[in-house]
Amino acid sequence: MKTVIVVGNGMVGYKFCEKFVAKADKESYQLVVFGEEPRVAYDRVHLSEFFENNDAERLAMAPREWYEQNNITLFTNERVTDIHRKSKTITTLSEKTLSYDYLVLATGSSPFVPQINGVDKEGVFVYRTIEDLEDTLAYADKIRKKVERPKAAILGGGLLGLEAAKAVMDMGMEPHVVEFAPKLMPRQLDTRSSKVLQVKLESMGINIHLSKATNQILGNGHIIGMEFNEDDVLNVDMLIISAGIRPRDELGKSCGLKMGTRGGIVVNNKMQTSDPEIYAIGEIALYNKMIYGLVAPGYEMASVAVDQILGDQDTLMADEIDMSTKLKLIGVDVASFGTPFMPAEKGHSIIFENKTESLYKRINVTHDGKKLLGGILVGDASDYNMLLQMYLNEMPLPKNPENLILGSRGGEAVSFGSAMDLPDTAVICSCEAVTKGQLCCSIKDDGNESVKAIAKATKATTGCGGCKPMVEDLVVETLKSLGKVVKESICEHFAYSRQELYDIVKLRNITDYDELLDEVGTGHGCETCKPAAAAIFASIYNETANRQETIQDTNDRYLANIQRNGTYSVVPRVAAGEITPKQLLAMGRIAQKYDLYTKITGGQRIDMFGAKLHELPLIWEELIDEGFETGQAYGKSLRTVKSCVGSTWCRYGMDESVTFAIDIENRYKGIRSPHKIKGGVSGCIRECAEARSKDFGFIAVEGGWNVYICGNGGANPKHAQLLVEKVDKATATKYVDRFLMYYIQTAPPLTRTAAWLEKLDGGIDYVKDVVVNDCLGIVEQLDADMQHLVDTYVCEWKEAVENPEIRSRYTHFVNTEEEDESIEFVSLRDQKMPKAWA
Amino acid sequence: MDIGLNIQEAVKPADIKVWFKAAAVSKFPKNGGACVKYKDKQIAVFNFTREGTWYACQNLCPHKMEMVLSRGMIGEEHGEPKVACPLHKNTWSLKTGEHLNGDLSTLATYPVKLDNGFVYIGFSE
Repeated sequence: MKTVIVVGNGMVGYKFCEKFVAKADKESYQLVVFGEEPRVAYDRVHLSEFFENNDAERLAMAPREWYEQNNITLFTNERVTDIHRKSKTITTLSEKTLSYDYLVLATGSSPFVPQINGVDKEGVFVYRTIEDLEDTLAYADKIRKKVERPKAAILGGGLLGLEAAKAVMDMGMEPHVVEFAPKLMPRQLDTRSSKVLQVKLESMGINIHLSKATNQILGNGHIIGMEFNEDDVLNVDMLIISAGIRPRDELGKSCGLKMGTRGGIVVNNKMQTSDPEIYAIGEIALYNKMIYGLVAPGYEMASVAVDQILGDQDTLMADEIDMSTKLKLIGVDVASFGTPFMPAEKGHSIIFENKTESLYKRINVTHDGKKLLGGILVGDASDYNMLLQMYLNEMPLPKNPENLILGSRGGEAVSFGSAMDLPDTAVICSCEAVTKGQLCCSIKDDGNESVKAIAKATKATTGCGGCKPMVEDLVVETLKSLGKVVKESICEHFAYSRQELYDIVKLRNITDYDELLDEVGTGHGCETCKPAAAAIFASIYNETANRQETIQDTNDRYLANIQRNGTYSVVPRVAAGEITPKQLLAMGRIAQKYDLYTKITGGQRIDMFGAKLHELPLIWEELIDEGFETGQAYGKSLRTVKSCVGSTWCRYGMDESVTFAIDIENRYKGIRSPHKIKGGVSGCIRECAEARSKDFGFIAVEGGWNVYICGNGGANPKHAQLLVEKVDKATATKYVDRFLMYYIQTAPPLTRTAAWLEKLDGGIDYVKDVVVNDCLGIVEQLDADMQHLVDTYVCEWKEAVENPEIRSRYTHFVNTEEEDESIEFVSLRDQKMPKAWA
Repeated sequence: MDIGLNIQEAVKPADIKVWFKAAAVSKFPKNGGACVKYKDKQIAVFNFTREGTWYACQNLCPHKMEMVLSRGMIGEEHGEPKVACPLHKNTWSLKTGEHLNGDLSTLATYPVKLDNGFVYIGFSE
């Protein structure tokens, strides 16, 4: 067993751990990590988000448990003070001594604080750690109580300085950026683009002071201003210093490793220091005489160090490191890549500037106009990914390279190629170093046909996320190039669509899942085909979820909705939202008895949360005694029919919407379908029941009811479309019967009515033809099928509590009556809620 | 209080020191699972009737650390028996404990045997 000690638990130190545990053999290596900060590694790049939500947990790279799960021993709040190279040990501030086989230094950097008179005054801060931010916030709170709109200066107009300016603006202070150089972001921008950015930032209320050397910080005890020259003073109440970084290389110095003249620990392309058993990565590593203050090179270094330690000698750091960056600064796109500013002898620049729109685009091309050397984008960086790829891969430029930043003009074809034109070696995700070739293989050969699947398989897009649009393009284009049509079969076990399977079950009169699998499927089934088959059996035979319980989704299996902590919620049916005071009291009494959290749902009924598995039959027994029945909130089935009070009470009502809604809800209750179904009934066109956002809706108008179908809310809201106008209740019901039955028989699994209609050839007109004009000659069958479902309804909870065998399923353990002690609740506004997920 | 949210170690046949008599075969649904308590551990036990095999693994889903896997659906992917977590449908191999549709941590798995109508689970302690 070899011990690898990582000193530093920042982003790069964490990335080393992540890559190490993914590759190393658990039995052969022990990983120990020391972090000086009290927290586990967090995402410093997005530090300014801490100002927005004050939630440090959200910034964490991985929760503390992750280290435990991966057998990493993590010490936070523990600084390593000495390295003893002879004995190969380290000691810490609290005098722990540990020996190592390999040592990885990832101590990062600290903010550089220039030697200015008075820099130690109260109210002067740096911008690096969450603790720094907390101190800054506390001070800002204090001065905001004294001054109405306090001023805060940021010393340094670089990337981080401008982020800090945004942060102080969010704190309600007036930001002043003070920069020594004559331009903003001097490393990334040229003078003209800096000017464009400055105008934009000033228009947003950020004051910019360029070419300012600070002589001293004014104030007695606490800061009141900054003096540049004798007559040049800026009054401020607070100062944040963001004037660059200095590597935290003191450990390397004290143990005699080879250092750079201006700091940093010298490393070779294996990331080894002058001691081959000590590695240095991230912002302390001096590679090619440079310190790299960006995340992507740091991650790359971590990856090289992991491979080298594990014996893969071939992984080396690239000779040239790409320092291209793209970011959104206070809502403004800023990007620079390759050689952003370039001496004239190396090539030409093509520059487009529009100050009124805050736009600046510059590309540098070789003298022969064939290759891209670099560029700068301010205001609109949408072409960044493509330009960067052209630069990195030395792709030939189009005949008129200006089209790259101006778009094509005069009827020419668009000069940009698609992502598919890139060479396979093009690195698309630079955080995780994933190439176009790897992505396309993942799509073609491994069948990862969505960005989500690809992200899981390759980790692409999981870093900064900037490459996501490009990965999306690659997915779409690759699938197109394969001539792919959407796969119709349900899963690997059935080579049929849901509609085909529905017909098979019905024609062959198959009643069991195992029988179905044996007759027309292969293998042993999965979590996709099992619930799909369960829904088909339910739609044809109206069997409840109780008979074949292990092919049901968990909610159906236990007839309740599983919640975050593995407890369940209970929703009795309250048809159309009409409930008597007596029923309300009963529900309240039962909820109180079992200590349930109660809330009114969006479907006009009452949801009771936090029931443990074994309590479900007890609760339902009492509810059933009080005359309630199951609300099927757990099923892919009819949920509710929402109603307004209609002409019963409302002075505008055209018809009795509550009565109609109750009849309809009772008619369709318990019917299982490819997805959940919701209905609505409104008494007039004011539409208080929001019937047009439901799968079916009725709206009372002069002369009858208008019937709408295939609407939904959700992620992609759709208004329902008109099926028929001004019909009586019986006719309206008949058409909706047929529409629902047709949908149930033909829709793919987990497809709501709106999505089903969208894919249906002929759309709403075709549905009209089927259910009104009977163009398929099936309406009699549809009517009969629906009537069968309506006639055979049973309350499945009644069935469950009355049947001892079914009831016995409701226990957490099969070998003891004990309860699951892992369930924890915390209190919330006089009720309870599950303990939050870590 | 130790409620078993700590990491469990897989038990290999060679490590078995205790065969714990969990419950009667009839207590476990066909092609489904149930949860067994052993000391402070929660074990999900699956009766994969179609395969004629039994599997056992930790009941704790490593994704959100909830004790729910025994209520998950079981099935098979290219021949590999698997369980799907009821909360977010992450799937793990019942044989190796490996996460199949992502890179969450591996489940601890346990040996199972049947004797005289009872289900036994093998533990190393």
